[in-house]
Amino acid sequence: MNEVIHDPAWIHGALTAARPQAVAALLRYFRDMDIAEEAYQEACLRALKSWPQNGPPRDPTAWLILVGRNAALDGARKRSRDVELPSHDIISNLEDAEAPLIDRLDGSHYRDDVLRLLFICCHPELPATQQIALALRIVSGLTVAQIARAFLVSDAAMEQRITRAKARIAKADVPFEAPGPVERSERLAAVAAMIYLLFNEGYSAGNDPDRAPLCDEAIRLARLLLRLFQTEPEIMGLIALMLLQQSRLPARFDETGEAVLLDDQDRTRWNAKLISEGLALIDKAMRHNRPGPYQVQAAIAATHARAATAADTQWAGIDALYAALERMQPSPVVTLNRAVATAKLHGPEAGLAMIAPLEKALSGYFHYFGARGAFLLQLGRSAEARADFDRAIALAGTPAQAAHIRRHLDRLMHDPR
Amino acid sequence: MLYTLLCYNKEDVVWSWSKEEDDAVMNRLNVVHERLVKEGKLGPALRLLPTTAATTLRGPDMVIDGPFAETKEQLLGFYVIDVPDLDAALAIARELSAANPTSVYEIRPVALYLPEARPNAPKDRIKAY
Repeated sequence: MNEVIHDPAWIHGALTAARPQAVAALLRYFRDMDIAEEAYQEACLRALKSWPQNGPPRDPTAWLILVGRNAALDGARKRSRDVELPSHDIISNLEDAEAPLIDRLDGSHYRDDVLRLLFICCHPELPATQQIALALRIVSGLTVAQIARAFLVSDAAMEQRITRAKARIAKADVPFEAPGPVERSERLAAVAAMIYLLFNEGYSAGNDPDRAPLCDEAIRLARLLLRLFQTEPEIMGLIALMLLQQSRLPARFDETGEAVLLDDQDRTRWNAKLISEGLALIDKAMRHNRPGPYQVQAAIAATHARAATAADTQWAGIDALYAALERMQPSPVVTLNRAVATAKLHGPEAGLAMIAPLEKALSGYFHYFGARGAFLLQLGRSAEARADFDRAIALAGTPAQAAHIRRHLDRLMHDPR
Repeated sequence: MLYTLLCYNKEDVVWSWSKEEDDAVMNRLNVVHERLVKEGKLGPALRLLPTTAATTLRGPDMVIDGPFAETKEQLLGFYVIDVPDLDAALAIARELSAANPTSVYEIRPVALYLPEARPNAPKDRIKAY
């Protein structure tokens, strides 16, 4: 299979897949993010030269770690007059690391490396958008320009944002010892939240081609986490949730780019492969009897995915799942979502009654007025519905959201009740 | 004679392919698939979801999350083909390998074959996307 090696897709895929593990291991060696990143870059450059000629190594990740580590040590030695080497005991730790390294890559050791790398990006002092930007740059290896485009800011602004975030995490002082079970599960929860934020950055942008890759990247990172922590039901739930939401992408927008509501989507356009994987994962997760918010949200998405038509939707199940979510994570937004299910079961008046107490908390929330307007419209209270739709348009975050509400308004104009 | 062609690759790499990269491989493979259909050699063929979606049963009670074994390369899918001999099976494996060069194909003769028996078995292929 020697001609194989030239396949640029494979090399590109191997470098992308290896990056989190390799950067994480290099960070453990050098305890410095910049050195770790540079070492990995250097290893990639050498891989691009060496692999097409000599064939890819049996274990690309181990190769990249060893080559990166040696390159960084060489570089540091050459510059030793003006650059401080890592302290002696760190380097001496490396001397006999080479032989067991390959074994260790297969063992459980390096999963804490990857978790640590992701966790460092979730530093609580960093605002959510900086956490995501940092993870995309350091863990996923996206270019600053790609990240800037996804966040709709200039390259220079994103460069500055990432530099600042890096400076802050450099002082974060996340310990390099293997974490205890409590600490590990706290790290997992923080990383899961960051990954879901990343997914939502892409998902809420809908069909914007610059931001859609954020969803794929979030799913890829979550799959990586699950490969490392195979028995974590909330990670299974998180992936299932993302896959099931992502499965609807081909049906979420019509040809003009306007949002199509779940009830009106052409379900034959939902991605069957993503649904199968999502359903398999939520089934696996629920066997553990350790429910959590991601699993419940995934179970809600799974209920939609299992309904062949909108009319087949098991709203009673969805209502009960939202009630469970309200108990786990009380929030007005969860109650608003539950009200939609309740209205399907018991009529729009029940929905209205459920969301009436939320008006103050959600007075700046597009979906609140969109949902209330829809309930009022169903009840024939057109004037109140129109007032809510007007408020929703004023609060719309995307042109697609505004256009969707405008369609309701147009209908009201032509068919005033 | 029935053979299976088992396709192995590093799934973290394969599942890191962009849609375009994945499509390019699938398009090359589909050329081979369609010819095998025309020649009446292709039995069932499956592409599997990643091992993160797998569950393993050991003994009647022990349900384990994940695949049978942690390996560097994972089983990604398989074909059943109907060919006269190993040389013919190898020839087809070579074509698949040329279309999907980073994957490894294991050729295993079949000992027992139970054909599709569901009365409402879907006739259409499940689309990859």
